[in-house]
Amino acid sequence: MASVEQPFPPGDYGVVVVGSGPGGLQTSYSLRRLGVEHAVLSADEEPGGMFRRFPTFERLISWTKPDAPFPRESREYEWYDHNSLVADEPEHRALVPSLMDRTFDVPSRQEMEEALVGFAERTGITVRHGCRWEGTRREDNGLALETSDGEYRCRAAVFALGVTEPWKADIPGVEHAPHYAETRRPEEYRGKSVFIVGKRNSGFEVAYGLLPWASRIVMASPRPADIRVLGRSPLRVRYLQPLDEYSRGGSGAYVIDASIERIERRGDGYRVHTHGTTWKGELVFDVDEVVIATGFRTPLRDLPALGLATVSDGRIPAQTPFFESVSVPGVYFAGNATQGSPGLRKQGLASNSTSVNGFRYNARVLVRHVAETRFGVQVERPVVAREQVLGYLLSELAHAPELWIQKGYLTRVLSFEGEIRDEGIVPLEHFVDQAGPDAVAAAVEMDSQATIYPSVYVRAGGKLAEHHLEPHPAHAFDGEAHARELAARLESLLG
Amino acid sequence: MAARPDLVDSLSQLTLFSDMSRPELESLAHTVDEEVFGEGQRVLRQGLTGSAFYVILEGTAAIRIDGEEPWTLGPGDFFGEVSALGGEPPTADVVAKTMLRCVVVPGPELEEFLLERPQLLLRMLRAETNRLRAALEWRA
Repeated sequence: MASVEQPFPPGDYGVVVVGSGPGGLQTSYSLRRLGVEHAVLSADEEPGGMFRRFPTFERLISWTKPDAPFPRESREYEWYDHNSLVADEPEHRALVPSLMDRTFDVPSRQEMEEALVGFAERTGITVRHGCRWEGTRREDNGLALETSDGEYRCRAAVFALGVTEPWKADIPGVEHAPHYAETRRPEEYRGKSVFIVGKRNSGFEVAYGLLPWASRIVMASPRPADIRVLGRSPLRVRYLQPLDEYSRGGSGAYVIDASIERIERRGDGYRVHTHGTTWKGELVFDVDEVVIATGFRTPLRDLPALGLATVSDGRIPAQTPFFESVSVPGVYFAGNATQGSPGLRKQGLASNSTSVNGFRYNARVLVRHVAETRFGVQVERPVVAREQVLGYLLSELAHAPELWIQKGYLTRVLSFEGEIRDEGIVPLEHFVDQAGPDAVAAAVEMDSQATIYPSVYVRAGGKLAEHHLEPHPAHAFDGEAHARELAARLESLLG
Repeated sequence: MAARPDLVDSLSQLTLFSDMSRPELESLAHTVDEEVFGEGQRVLRQGLTGSAFYVILEGTAAIRIDGEEPWTLGPGDFFGEVSALGGEPPTADVVAKTMLRCVVVPGPELEEFLLERPQLLLRMLRAETNRLRAALEWRA
């Protein structure tokens, strides 16, 4: 319940941020750095968002390397730590590795939760907890958010609610079976046969977690679990033990490509009817347990009624490169929902916005955009000396965590208008689609075979040219050969 | 899974997919992604590599070549296949004129996607023939 000491009473604010998970915390941190007045509201009692509960089997899938070639307080270290929120002050960086006990090469859920709570405390982020967003209205100058504590009016709202609402595929009888979010303790599946609907990360997470307990596990969904090109796979190898066992003919785990026709309750168990997709025929499974691991959706409440466009069966809001709804101005998203801005998708590569490592940068980019376009904030664009341009861009191509994590999505831009200025990190789609002064954008991209290569986009005299530079087996994009190649590509700008 | 019923319904109403059975459309709905573009947003970019194949579900888009907009595309129309199959950058921009909802197949996956669906290839070939005729008339 909201007490009188709670911050952010109902009223008018520049921005209202809804949510206190990693997306909401990173957004609030960045807004404060740029001096944008805002309120943070959260239905939860503590910060942490989904990591207060998930992943169910307690291990994350994204790496944090406690030791790396760069010191923890450096920006370059962020590439080695995919889980900490990012700060400008060195003492607030890299909180996750300091909490890891190194029994595993990825943090536990609890370590992640502690790091998020710690980030909020150290950086002084305040949140109005126990305040539930309940409804939304458009107003002349922005939006009005109805909450359990009263009404908030704002010029822009950032919804950082994760992709956290359990979503079940439309299968007859699906209502009989629990969702992944309702998975019980693994020992409760001891000796049981379990049917898991879904072959993405949550499905494999459950299957992997139940391997030591269940007597038989069947995973099924229409699409094959495609891991041919690992760098582009939506699946993390970490969870693929059940697939490994199935591929070797193990009799305890089955990974099957089939559509699920219907689920029937039978006595204490279930009968699942399936229809092959990559094979012809039908199979019926009698099992003790069914887990529906078909994913989650963004809790959008009444936003679709305001005309909010969505993708993926209504699960994800469709967004501009700066994470604003494509159809409802002033409604922005942070966190996992920013996957609804796919970017250029060059060679099919989607943005890496479904995990903290990608969306922590999205929040920064979003905040700078909102601050500049809606609140008249002028972010400094440092001058770069002409003789430093090549070295700076090479270093960014080799080490910038934003470019390496958000491959093909985020880019470093330098503008050439008399002076050379650092325009910061922006969405690559924005750079290639906006007219502007002479400029260069440096990005890291991945081709369809998962080869990583540096690229530069040069805009000179209003014309845009795209250059792919050579890949390097050790990803060293800052050597002599790359320096020569980059110099040649920038000749029109540097003279 | 009988999932994505809305997408399957949308696809079934387009001429391009009219030869396909319901199970075939369901399988197709599982292999494609959906993307929504705001008014004015670019979908395909002249001269930029790595594009994809798009089929419009809702809304309209303009083909823009050197500042001219010779054609408008609407529901059921498709684009991007020439550059995706040829491995070359698009020779035109495609820009959303209204809010635009499309299904998308990434360029590197298009060949396999089409080879698995010969009836779709035939429909596309017919449409390409009409386009070629229109293009020849436009240039004349």
